[in-house]
Amino acid sequence: MDGVQYVAKNMRLDLRLIAEMIPHDARVLDIGCGDGALIEYLAREKRADARGIEIDMAQVTKAVSAGLAVIHGDADNDLAFYPDGAFDYVVLSRTLQAVEKPREVLRQLLRIGRHAIVSFPNFGHWQMRWRLLWGGRMPDTETWNRPWYETPNIHPCTITDFTALCALDGYAVERWLAVDDQGLRAPWRRSLRLANMFGEQALFMMRRAGSGS
Amino acid sequence: MSQAIAPLPDVDHQAAHFPDGLALDCGAVVAPLTVAYRTFGKLNAKACNAVLICHALTGDQYVAENHPITGKPGWWENIIGPGKPLDTDRYFLVCANVLGGCMGTTGPRSEMTDAAGRGLGRPWGTDFPSVTIRDMVRAQKRLMESLGINRWLAVIGGSMGGMQVLEWAATYPEAVYAAAPIATAAHHSAQNIAFHEVGRAAIHSDPDWQGGRYWEAGIIPAKGLSVARMVAHITYLSEKALTRKFGRRLRGASALTFLEDVFEVESYLRHQGSTFVRRFDANSYLTITRAMDFFDLAADHDGDLAKAFRGTATRFFVASFNSDWLFPTSESRTLVRALNMAAANVSFVEIDSDKGHDAFLLEEPDFHRALGGFLAGCAERLGV
Repeated sequence: MDGVQYVAKNMRLDLRLIAEMIPHDARVLDIGCGDGALIEYLAREKRADARGIEIDMAQVTKAVSAGLAVIHGDADNDLAFYPDGAFDYVVLSRTLQAVEKPREVLRQLLRIGRHAIVSFPNFGHWQMRWRLLWGGRMPDTETWNRPWYETPNIHPCTITDFTALCALDGYAVERWLAVDDQGLRAPWRRSLRLANMFGEQALFMMRRAGSGS
Repeated sequence: MSQAIAPLPDVDHQAAHFPDGLALDCGAVVAPLTVAYRTFGKLNAKACNAVLICHALTGDQYVAENHPITGKPGWWENIIGPGKPLDTDRYFLVCANVLGGCMGTTGPRSEMTDAAGRGLGRPWGTDFPSVTIRDMVRAQKRLMESLGINRWLAVIGGSMGGMQVLEWAATYPEAVYAAAPIATAAHHSAQNIAFHEVGRAAIHSDPDWQGGRYWEAGIIPAKGLSVARMVAHITYLSEKALTRKFGRRLRGASALTFLEDVFEVESYLRHQGSTFVRRFDANSYLTITRAMDFFDLAADHDGDLAKAFRGTATRFFVASFNSDWLFPTSESRTLVRALNMAAANVSFVEIDSDKGHDAFLLEEPDFHRALGGFLAGCAERLGV
C-alpha cells in the first residue's frame, strides 16, 4: 500500500500489531501476504508454521525466492480448498474491502482457522462522512485514495457494519483495535461508536461463537 | 524414406546394476536392471544434501555437461553449477536416465532377457514391458539406495520430470524433504494424449519401423520419429514464441513455391526432427510417451488427488508458465489446491513468459530465483 511506513524488519506497523496477537508455534495463513514480511517474522521469531496467499505475482515470486511458503491465489477463489481447522490463525489484512464476496470470505476464514484476524480501512471515519456531506462526492483521503471508477475497494464498510455482520453470522469478537493510518494504536478503545468515528483502520480478532478459544 | 540413418552409436554410460531386477506395475519383472546416471557436486558426510533431478520425455542424465552423442551442453546447464540455483558447491545432484529410456538405463534398446535374467542376444524392442511413471521412480529408488542416500533434500523436474516428482512425493513421502514439480500436471490430459498419439502414429506408419523390429535390419524409422518430434516440438512452444522466432519469414525464396522448406519455421522443425533421431530410439519414444499417458495420480488414489498427499511433511514448490498450453497453469493450480486440501506446505508461482512449455529449460530469471530461493530455504532448515 502506498504511503505505508516501514520500521525495523521492514514490517508495516499494522502487521506488527497483528504479529503481537499471534502466540508461538501457531499455524498461520496470511491472505494477501504481499512479499511475506509477516509470515517471515512469525516463522523466525515465533517458530510459526506460516504460509501465505498473494494475488500479485511479482510479490509472490519475491516471497518464494526468500524461501517462504507462498502461493499465487486470492481470497475469493482459493480458500475453499483448505480443510476445516487447518490453521490456528488466518490473517486478512487490508484486503476485505477489495474482495468480491466479503461475507463468504469471512465464513471461509473462520472455517479454515480457529481464529481470524481481519483489518480493514474504516469507511465510517469522520473525514469520510464530512467529505460526502459537504463535498457531495466520493471521499478522497489518504486511505481511500482512488477515484470511484477505478478503485479496487468495491466493498467498503464501517466498523459498525462489520460488527453487525459478525453478530449476524455468529462470530465472537475476541479483541478489537481502531488505529490511525500508520497503524498506531488509537485511544478510543472502549467505545465502538467513537472508534467508528475516529479510527481510520480497524483490527479484529474473531472466532466462531460457541467454539472454544 | 530415402536413406536410413545409422542406428544410435553405442556409448559407455556410468551406471548402477541390480541383478535382481525390478518388478513393474504391469506384473512383469525386468532383470537385470541397469540405471544409468550422472552426479554433480559432492555428497556431504550426513548424506543430506542430495537432490534428484528428473528429466523430461526426451531428456537424459546429461543435465549439466556436454552430451556424449550430440556434443551439446547439458539441458539444464543454465541453472546448475557453483553459485547457480542448483549450486554444485552446496548440493549433490543426481540425474538418472528413466526406465524405458535409451541412454543406458534398461529400455527397449537393452538386451532382452528371459524370466531368469538370461540374455537372449537381441534387443527388447516392442517386447519391452509397458512401464509407468511409478516404475521409473522405483528404479530411481534403487539407485538412491545404492548411493547411500536415505532422503533427498529435494526431487526436482519439469514436464514428465514433474510427474516423477509427484510420484516420488506420493509413493515415498518419507524419502522426499522437498518436491519441485514444474510445468507439469497430476495427469496427462486428453489433448496431450492426442498429440502423443499423432507422434506414435507417425512412427508406426514409417515402413522402416518394421513392426518395431527395425533393429533386425540395422535401420531406424527416422522419418516417423522425426515427424513425431516435429509435432511434439510445436506443443513445446507458444504461438508467440514461434511468431517472434520465425514469423512468416521465407527462406530466401523471392516468391511462393510449392517446394518444401518455404518458411523458416518449417526448416526449423525439420532440423529439430532430423537431429532428434540421431540420439533417440523410436521404441523408447513409444514406451515413454505411453508411460506419460497412463499417468493419473488421482485415479491411483480413489479419484482424490489430495489423498495422494495426505499427511505429507514434504515441502512443495509448484511452478507454471503462463504461455504453456501443454501443461497450463490450470493444471498446476489444481495440484496446488489438492496440496492445500492435504494441508501440505506449498509455494506456487506462475511465471510470466511467452516461451511456452519449453520455458522451464530456458533463461527465466524469476523462475530461477524462485526455485533457487525455495531450495536454499529447505537446505537452511536441514542445516545443509
